[in-house]
Amino acid sequence: MESRLFNAGRLTYLTLIVACLLSFFPIYWMFVVATKSNDAMGEVPPPVLPGDMFGDNASRLLENPDANFITGLVNSAIVAGAVTLSVVLFSALAGFAFAKLQFRGRNGMLLFIIATMAVPTQLGIIPLYILMTKLGWTDQLQAVIVPALVSAFGVFFMRQYAASAVPDEMIEAARVDGCTTTRTFISVVLPTLRPAAAVLGLLTFMATWNDFIWPYAVLGDPENPTVQLSLRALSNGYYQDMSQVFAGTAIATLPLLIAFVVFGRQIIGGIMEGAVKS
Amino acid sequence: MSTHVSTRPGPARGHPQPAPDKRPPKFRSWPTTLDVKGTPYAYVAPFFLLFAVFGVYPLLYTAWVSLHDWDLLSAERPFIGLDNYNSVLSDPDFWNSVVNTLGIFLLSTIPQLLLALWIANLLNRGLRTRTVFRMGILVPNITSTAAVAIVFGQLFSTEFGLINWLLGLVGLGPIDWHTNQFAAWTAISTMVDWRWTGYNALIFLAAMQAIPKDLYESAAIDGARPVRQFWSITVPLLRPTILFCVVVSTIGGLQLFTEPLLFNSGTDSIRGGTLRQSQTITMYMFENAFAPNFNFGYGSAIAWLLFLLIIAVALVNAALIRRFSGGRKGSD
Repeated sequence: MESRLFNAGRLTYLTLIVACLLSFFPIYWMFVVATKSNDAMGEVPPPVLPGDMFGDNASRLLENPDANFITGLVNSAIVAGAVTLSVVLFSALAGFAFAKLQFRGRNGMLLFIIATMAVPTQLGIIPLYILMTKLGWTDQLQAVIVPALVSAFGVFFMRQYAASAVPDEMIEAARVDGCTTTRTFISVVLPTLRPAAAVLGLLTFMATWNDFIWPYAVLGDPENPTVQLSLRALSNGYYQDMSQVFAGTAIATLPLLIAFVVFGRQIIGGIMEGAVKS
Repeated sequence: MSTHVSTRPGPARGHPQPAPDKRPPKFRSWPTTLDVKGTPYAYVAPFFLLFAVFGVYPLLYTAWVSLHDWDLLSAERPFIGLDNYNSVLSDPDFWNSVVNTLGIFLLSTIPQLLLALWIANLLNRGLRTRTVFRMGILVPNITSTAAVAIVFGQLFSTEFGLINWLLGLVGLGPIDWHTNQFAAWTAISTMVDWRWTGYNALIFLAAMQAIPKDLYESAAIDGARPVRQFWSITVPLLRPTILFCVVVSTIGGLQLFTEPLLFNSGTDSIRGGTLRQSQTITMYMFENAFAPNFNFGYGSAIAWLLFLLIIAVALVNAALIRRFSGGRKGSD
């Protein structure tokens, strides 16, 4: 006897469709405004269908001297790319070590990493800023990249995956064949970790691309922003050219949407698996 | 570990020496020993080195800075004990930001988690096009916070906003979302809910799928209706997950910064509007610690008070969840 709790009636579908529409509407509306003229913002009722002005809005955006939008896009790609590569590599190394290698202090170190995941990151931004002024890194991209090169969440995530996905026998067999630990890691472990590494990479890229408060604090130079800081400069201008601003938000969101359409299933799997294990 | 290696008899590459009694019978030459004993540390070292410099050190240093009269350009940074804390605690603007933060937190977290539970329950049924629905509700979470805050700032615009136009259709007068304090809280909470409801729903869904179905079957045989099954089986068994989501929402929600900052535009945006209607604690910290004030000592004191507040609220929330989601088996 199947409980009615698990039957999906029409009301279930209807509610979920409404939820999805509400989820999607602000993004859709962003693209609508990005394709309309600025005057359309004052219309009653407000516009809900896309127009044909996107090229116009985008070219005003690219020529806007306050936004430095192209620099912002390039900078964000550099920062998010570098941080993603580094986080995935170091998390895979440490995650494998915590899951499969024996060493003194292992459990204590892992507990420490888990505990730090609960500490609010914004607590440290003032001393981090002082540190960056001492290093002379303020207004430069390495101030945003270097502190983000490792992630406690990443190590924990890879450890959880490695613990279940890498069989002990495989490592033992590689050892018997005379592989060093590093050789074992590269030829045996890393291929097995690939799905988790992809998910971690995607989540890290998106989080870094969207990061706001620390870049806002340390990249004070408007000539050298990340794309989120360009958006901030745009929306904070005296003259509100909203269709130009929305062209910017649309372009800044597009890479994330494309990644989500292509890899959505993996991202959902990563979030749900992480939830069950933690 | 290094001492152990150095007491081994001389280099023995390819010439294994007899093992001492304590060694396991399977003897390893010293490069192998070094590999087995040392490599794990080499693998975790990059994380701990970078994390020590850019994670742990700033956290501890915040406490040190908060005890000094310290700004960007000052040559001397005298130790002033708890003076910064006293000034913060007697500043009405600080308390205003505490009220704003807690108000937005309550307005966003409670509906968000209830909605997420409901949606997860719907997603847990035998659905066709499962992945489409899951992706549909997660899409807000992957968009850029800054972009979304700008979009919501326009949706909630007083004169030409879509929300006020919709309200006008049902005869409700235009609401001044940016100047009225409670309205600003509501608009910002809506933005936070929009972003995080789907994410939390997926986490609840993952936990729901781990609940054995026969529990529901026997409850149905006993005559428990679906609503009763939900509150007496699902919610109590989900308690650890609910607790997890509440704690994570507390840590994130009390640090809210980007959404209220970009919801407001113009020179007052770091103050959350002309009358500080929606200035959160993190915005207040930022206003004092960075340009143009650069009062690092004062800002650090705010950071530590925020940390204490987060711990306190997380503990209170955990106690509340323990109490109210217990269902019939409230003993554990």
